[in-house]
Amino acid sequence: MKAHLTRRYLFSASHRLHSNAMPDDWNRETYGKCNNPHGHGHNYRLEVTVSGPVDPKTGMVCNLVDLDGFVRNEILERFGHENLNTLPDFNNDVPTTENLCIRIYEILQRGFRHAHLEKVRMEETMMNSFAYAGGKELRD
Amino acid sequence: MVYLTRKAEFAASHYYHNPEFTPEQNRAIFGKCNNPNGHGHNYTLEVTVKGAVDPKSGFVVDLKQLKDIMSREVLDAMDHRFLNKEVPEFLHQIPTTENIAIAIWQRLAPKLKAAQLHRVRVYETPDLFVDFYGEAA
Repeated sequence: MKAHLTRRYLFSASHRLHSNAMPDDWNRETYGKCNNPHGHGHNYRLEVTVSGPVDPKTGMVCNLVDLDGFVRNEILERFGHENLNTLPDFNNDVPTTENLCIRIYEILQRGFRHAHLEKVRMEETMMNSFAYAGGKELRD
Repeated sequence: MVYLTRKAEFAASHYYHNPEFTPEQNRAIFGKCNNPNGHGHNYTLEVTVKGAVDPKSGFVVDLKQLKDIMSREVLDAMDHRFLNKEVPEFLHQIPTTENIAIAIWQRLAPKLKAAQLHRVRVYETPDLFVDFYGEAA
């Protein structure tokens, strides 16, 4: 039997939406308050969905210890309580939650070996959320 | 095709243990969940069915019937129970969230007539849930 398992995590970080490739007035117009040069922060909710056959010996798609450990070491440690604009991940990309979502998907896709990655979903606030499934259509 | 989701809550206890493993293996794999006295959760169940809207009733499914089926097949069996000891599926299978979602699907699917079961979602906590779509593999 194949099941999907979703785990939610929380981290806080700051960012400023600003493209160095574009003039200042374009940035102000496009990003509004998010273009404030001093940045601002969010409590990001991260949702990771993995899938796979349920192992008859353990009853699990994957051991949560492995998923939690990977996310803690590779994602929460890397992004939590950081200014996203200062990280190498965003040297060339604006740290929108769209781009953050894609970056986190790529980290999981590259390194997490215990189950198949289905999607990454992020809530920037209670009012907006973003999801990325490696370019595939979402299933719900 | 319209999708309809009905929620329910149940509280139950469980523990994770595979008699084929040594006590050390059980502790290593299942950690705190291996405590044989069990521990509990407030589970939230979301059942999603899909179907065409009946032109006479305007319903995908009669919600009262769906609610009754969920109560009879799931809540009566699992609410305020020790899953490992009182629910037949879990006498010989570990009651992980994955297996609970599969067991609920198998209990509900044969009972639904008009609408088709689409997804069973079981939240063990607000930060951990499993979806089962009836897929064999």
